[in-house]
Amino acid sequence: MRLFWYAMNEISLNVLDIAENSVRAQAKLIEIYVAINTSADTLTITVKDNGTGMDEATLAKVCDPFFTSRTTRGVGLGVSFFKAAAELTGGSFYIKSTLGVGTETSATFVLSSIDRMPLGNISETIFTLAVFNETGAEFLYEYEADGTKFSLDTREFKAVLETDTLNIPDVSAYVKEYLTENTEEVNEKIRGLVL
Amino acid sequence: MKSLEELKAIKAKMQGQVGIRENAEDGIRVVVGMATCGIAAGARPVLAAFADGVQSKGIKNVSVTQTGCIGLCQYEPIVEIYAPGKEKVTYIKVDAKMANEIVDKHLVRGTVVDEYTIGTSKLAE
Repeated sequence: MRLFWYAMNEISLNVLDIAENSVRAQAKLIEIYVAINTSADTLTITVKDNGTGMDEATLAKVCDPFFTSRTTRGVGLGVSFFKAAAELTGGSFYIKSTLGVGTETSATFVLSSIDRMPLGNISETIFTLAVFNETGAEFLYEYEADGTKFSLDTREFKAVLETDTLNIPDVSAYVKEYLTENTEEVNEKIRGLVL
Repeated sequence: MKSLEELKAIKAKMQGQVGIRENAEDGIRVVVGMATCGIAAGARPVLAAFADGVQSKGIKNVSVTQTGCIGLCQYEPIVEIYAPGKEKVTYIKVDAKMANEIVDKHLVRGTVVDEYTIGTSKLAE
């Protein structure tokens, strides 16, 4: 448990983990929003999917670190990590879910808190999801810092390419550049801030 | 800002290479475990390293994908390599540096990096 806690020491790794839950829940569309607001001193992450959703009993258990719906391994840690990490900074967390509709998970971190984990490589998280998931799930990603933002919509990319996947070497390299360069450009807005 | 214009150029380039996907289906598959256990152990940069390696070295007939929990969490990050007509090779406790080595030796030259596989690795002890 302790080892896992330290290993998931980037917010972006938690985002990957939460979004992989959405993939497993057979979501067709997964929306991921990252918003940095320096005047409010917050970093908010929201992951919203249209997957199978959970009933109330399951939802109530999902923040328990020893709950999982998977059968290959006995312990589910993802959601409880994310919640604890946000609350540790004095921030907040919610998860809402409706069976047959989907699940929305959101964590707000206090930016300046000494207990805040670094955001980490959020572009690599989105790259991993958008390019390598094989369920056909689409991703809408938005990254915003103090009002400047960019987005990536896998549906748009696939429409231009007329393919059903972005897992093609030249395309995946482009997706990576697109994420990295646009993130750097947005971050110009908050230069000096340690993410 | 990078725009979708560049994608159109990539598409035009791809049209000269019809059949890429079909070939990939009969080719080598590199599968990286990406459940909570894999992610916590460092699978994300490993997947990125394989994707970078395959793209930058222009290796054809190899596709890189991800999977869920394989059930051997203590050995994550785990990378499985499937080649037609050959036994599956399972690499364990892989990091980005090892991934680059596996790309060079296994994917480019066809030589399994025995010391990193689950059967012979000291890492498994």
